[in-house]
Amino acid sequence: MKKFDKERALLAVAGPVLALVAAIVLTSIVLIASGKNPFEPYRLMLEQVGFSDIQVLIINQASLYYIAALAVALGFRMNLFNIGVDGQYRLAAMMTAVVGAHVALPSFLQVPMLLLVGLLTGAFWAGIAGVLKVTRGVSEVVSTIMLNAIATSVIGYLTLTDNFGVLVGDNITTGVMKESGWVPGINLGADVGEIYGLVFLAVLLGIGYWLVLNRTRFGFDLRATGASETAAAASGVDAKKMVFTAMLISGGVAGLSGLPLLLGDSHTYALTFPAGLGFTAIGIALLGRNNPGGIALAALLWAFLDKASPALDYATPVAYEKEIATIMQGLIVFAVVISYEAVRQWGLRRQQKRVGAELAAAAAGNNNHKKEVAA
Amino acid sequence: MHALVGENGAGKSTLMKILYGMQKPDEGTITVAGEQVAFHSPADAIARGIGMVHQHFMLADNLTVLENVVLGSEKLYGIGAAARKKIKEISDRYGLNVRPDVLIEDLGVADRQRVEILKVLFRGATTLILDEPTAVLVPQEVDALFDNLRELKAEGLSVIFISHKLGEVLSVADEITVIRRGTTVGTAVPAETTPRQLAELMVGSELPTPETAESTVTDKPVVEVKGLTVYASGGASLGELAEPAGTGLLTEEVSEADGVRRVLDDITFTIHAGEVMGVAGVEGNGQSELIEALIGLKNADSGTIAFLGEEITSWATRKRREKGIGYIPEDRHRQGLLLEAPLWENRILGHVTERPNAKGFWIDPKGAQDDTRRIVKDYDVRTPGIDVTAASLSGGNQQKLIVGREMSHAPKFLIAAHPTRGVDVGAQAAIWDHIRAARREGLAVLLISADLDELIGLSDTLRVIYNGRLVADADPATITPEELGSAMTGAASGHLEHVDEAAAPEDEAR
Amino acid sequence: MTTATVAKPKAQQPGKGSRRVSLPVLLLVIAGVLVLTSIVRLISGAEGITSTGQMSTALRLAVPIGLAGLGGLWSERSGVVNIGLEGMMILGTWFGAWAGYQWGPWTGVVFGIIGGALGAVLHAIATVTFNVNHIVSGVAINILALGATRYLSKFTFENQPQGSSKQSPPIDSLGTFDIPGLSSWLDTLNQKHWFLVSDVAGLIGGLFTDLSPLTVIAVALVPVTWWVLWRTAFGLRLRSCGENPVAAESLGVNVYKYKYIAVIISGGFAGLGGAFLSIVASNVYLDGQTAGRGYIGLAAMIFGNWMPGGLALGAGLFGYTDSLNLRGGTTNVHALILLLAILLVFGAAYLAWRKRYLPALITAVVSALMFVWYVSTNEVPKQLVSATPYIVTLLVLSLSAQSLRMPKADGLPYRKGQGK
Repeated sequence: MKKFDKERALLAVAGPVLALVAAIVLTSIVLIASGKNPFEPYRLMLEQVGFSDIQVLIINQASLYYIAALAVALGFRMNLFNIGVDGQYRLAAMMTAVVGAHVALPSFLQVPMLLLVGLLTGAFWAGIAGVLKVTRGVSEVVSTIMLNAIATSVIGYLTLTDNFGVLVGDNITTGVMKESGWVPGINLGADVGEIYGLVFLAVLLGIGYWLVLNRTRFGFDLRATGASETAAAASGVDAKKMVFTAMLISGGVAGLSGLPLLLGDSHTYALTFPAGLGFTAIGIALLGRNNPGGIALAALLWAFLDKASPALDYATPVAYEKEIATIMQGLIVFAVVISYEAVRQWGLRRQQKRVGAELAAAAAGNNNHKKEVAA
Repeated sequence: MHALVGENGAGKSTLMKILYGMQKPDEGTITVAGEQVAFHSPADAIARGIGMVHQHFMLADNLTVLENVVLGSEKLYGIGAAARKKIKEISDRYGLNVRPDVLIEDLGVADRQRVEILKVLFRGATTLILDEPTAVLVPQEVDALFDNLRELKAEGLSVIFISHKLGEVLSVADEITVIRRGTTVGTAVPAETTPRQLAELMVGSELPTPETAESTVTDKPVVEVKGLTVYASGGASLGELAEPAGTGLLTEEVSEADGVRRVLDDITFTIHAGEVMGVAGVEGNGQSELIEALIGLKNADSGTIAFLGEEITSWATRKRREKGIGYIPEDRHRQGLLLEAPLWENRILGHVTERPNAKGFWIDPKGAQDDTRRIVKDYDVRTPGIDVTAASLSGGNQQKLIVGREMSHAPKFLIAAHPTRGVDVGAQAAIWDHIRAARREGLAVLLISADLDELIGLSDTLRVIYNGRLVADADPATITPEELGSAMTGAASGHLEHVDEAAAPEDEAR
Repeated sequence: MTTATVAKPKAQQPGKGSRRVSLPVLLLVIAGVLVLTSIVRLISGAEGITSTGQMSTALRLAVPIGLAGLGGLWSERSGVVNIGLEGMMILGTWFGAWAGYQWGPWTGVVFGIIGGALGAVLHAIATVTFNVNHIVSGVAINILALGATRYLSKFTFENQPQGSSKQSPPIDSLGTFDIPGLSSWLDTLNQKHWFLVSDVAGLIGGLFTDLSPLTVIAVALVPVTWWVLWRTAFGLRLRSCGENPVAAESLGVNVYKYKYIAVIISGGFAGLGGAFLSIVASNVYLDGQTAGRGYIGLAAMIFGNWMPGGLALGAGLFGYTDSLNLRGGTTNVHALILLLAILLVFGAAYLAWRKRYLPALITAVVSALMFVWYVSTNEVPKQLVSATPYIVTLLVLSLSAQSLRMPKADGLPYRKGQGK
């Protein structure tokens, strides 16, 4: 059995490594094609990691990515594609900001309440897609994307100054949240910055994700439904309930993903709140192979690319376009999906061959064994 | 007309695939009309006049007969009027009775087979290879098929057909080749061979007989089904499990009024502890719907099901399984296993709420793994370990794992759908033994199978399902496959008596 | 070694019956909707809902959606789900603009098609050769296309006069034309605001006024698609790959080849749609120009039951809702609430006739609420108008998704020799 374990570990690592190597090579080709030095940008970016203020930025950004990617990954395990994380988290952040600006409970109640608001909003928005899928058979891919766009309109409407909007300078915001809802972070000094307090929430969610999926009955049912809907149904899983529940949970977690930023730093929702988190999260979930450890690494990598690349614009003597990081992210995602699939299939075939060989070797010592010839 | 016989797994299909160009041989030669040939693809074989009629039909449901026939050979007659004419011509010449503009999904099994034959003739085949053509047909349809084949023979075409049904082979072939474990073991001429000799050539040893010794049937009812009825439903939506029709605004709605086709019609039966009730029938006559209604995958439209005295008609699948209903599904890859999961996780499948798999709402991996090792030992599942994926096991071993898993929860009622399909002979015998052993302990079994010998040998009571109704019953001790067959096509019904000169009065309480 | 899946072919009972809406019924429904729309226009005074200008805009906005939908159709008919249409469209907008401002609009169109096709090649490699999950690959293409165009814009447009990293320099127009005489006559008729006649005049007039040659080409591609896919050997083989690739393989069809071709053509269509957006619908490339139209195109394809005719109808519907956003949105959408309320009344009556009382009741309640909403307001908020196309998409899909039938092997992985 030992050799299976070693091989499996190797296979697990092979996918992402291959993808990263491929992405780096391709990005270098792009750089060469643009007439630039293919190695310099990497060196510049890696240099950035040494600065502690950049490190704080990376950790903070990664925590947002991490939670959002968990939400996406949960869907992926169920073969559900929750592309709506973007709309879910923005809507949740806005609602949380509005509630936080108008309700003031003592801190130990306020923060959990705000988290709950975010969770429920996200779950509700994803739940719409879930209901449509379960009752009407509408593909969740299209419906969640539509809901993203509708969420933008809803936010636009609710942040009108007639409703909940508050004008601050030229920006529309939701007003400053009550202080009892501000979550303190780890302050590392004025030059370095503050790590979001809710980074710990991200860690907790990651642990919870692993526990639920691998150690609970519900998680088993969920994974079974994702692997084979028919087998899961025959085994007793209520497919519709499962789909709906999975969408709710995925949406709920997505709703939490904007909160580290909201409660730890901005304390208001403005239309400049980062958007596009949802799509990035998909790439991160893919790179992390839908497991919490992998996603953590992927989130850190992504955040690193995000935060280290602005320096490229100011590099001397030659400046590089910081969008090279964006291309690299896109290439990573693409390379990842191919390399994972290729490695997985190779691994399966290899295992089948090995098992067949082992059984044949065992049978060679047994005269009466009838082997099944592929018919 | 040349027949190729051998038991399951002897290598017949592989040989035919090589002959048809779908697989390359490692050694040896093929000679066609005196000329040595090598096929790299089906196109090569087709060019040489060899046409293959597959066991699993290669037809696209949403396309018409015409489209399916001309696909890949559009250059011959185009895809319009000329092709249509040619199809009609072939159909008339050989009595195939095929209409070109019907959608395949609207055709029954025997008709689809004729489309497959027509496909091959359309391309000018002079040699036809038929792979287990009678597997899905009932004896009367088999006769019709052989008539068609004789017609082809009369026109000078050659037919090779693969079968493991010795009776048919002897009645229609001119020459027989026997294959065992991948090599030719003998050739026979039907006129000079008896079935026994042929069988011995084929298997080489005593045929395993599923016959049972003494009756274990008690009078305690385990499953009572009354008036179970299922109406035909409409199409499936985007990848979802099929929904009843009529939920879209612009579609035809299936009303519950009379005139709607019933897939299951007023089914009533009782199975007692220690009884195996076998149900014979051609596929598509309601067996799947019966199974689904019993296991809870799709509820019936009316009627009741009682299990150990409790009415379970509306219960969810999980609840039924927890109560003690075991299920060996017909399609183990789609319903019985998670192919890419390790064996121990497959052991949990279907019983995730029960010990030793789970404690409360937590899964107990160690408990499941230990128990999986036990099942592997007790049920002789050939595998190097319990961490390999289910996909790496052979079909027989997969099925043994499934049987072991279901039996490990001491079911009171077992639904066994084609339990030894695609399974090698050794595993088949083992599975029969386990079922018999459990029956002695009081298990009630519903056995659905296309293998009439299995049904006859294993069952205590035998019923026939046709068009959704239980039309006939028979005594397994005396009935023959042919007699069953006539009920399976609707030609006979009621209590089937075995017609034999020396018929002794049978024990009907069986 | 495993055996292939062992289930034998199920005998289907013959005579399942048609699930499609028949043509006479469809025409009747369309006629009915036109009448109702006309009534609503007269009641609400929102002349804009059937003006030639509105219809013309609707057509112009329907084209990219329809082209994306056609792209989806080509791909899915061969069995490959193409969620990456949005990304391929983005590539189309970018390449169209990049070639367009340098070498003229028609060159831009060609390059737009090529750009979309390039993205499709990637999708084909991932899904057909490597058997990556189709949806995952599509999403990856979208992410990649977005990143690539942003990066490339920085290099090219930013340094050009009137360009920036988010916008290209302006592109010359392809020109528009009218049908002389007919267009102006229809417009006059439309201005008369007569019941039904003017509405129909507006509808037809919109189709013939202010047409771009690319629009004509796009519309012509609908019957061309139908003819190629259903009336040629090439089309038959392509469709067979989406219905039963194993059967096709057994008959000597090179399934990989046809899937590749279909996906690349699909990308070409999406690219053409993108080029239309940046060259005809506007005259620059804008970051975010596609605004989800790739996905709406997919919805149109589903709505059309994977047939070109239905797709065109769906695209027209979505284009219309999109156009409301651009022209007098708030009053027009307000009027359409009334229309929707009346339609729901019919819907409730139909459901009740079918003896489905609970859905009928729910529909009736919703209808009543809509009536109240209409009466108590004068216009709808701007945000609702901008969300209308997406809401309509959701509604349409919810109502129709279940009665549709997609190609049988759509989205399923295929490997040569898997039939063994």
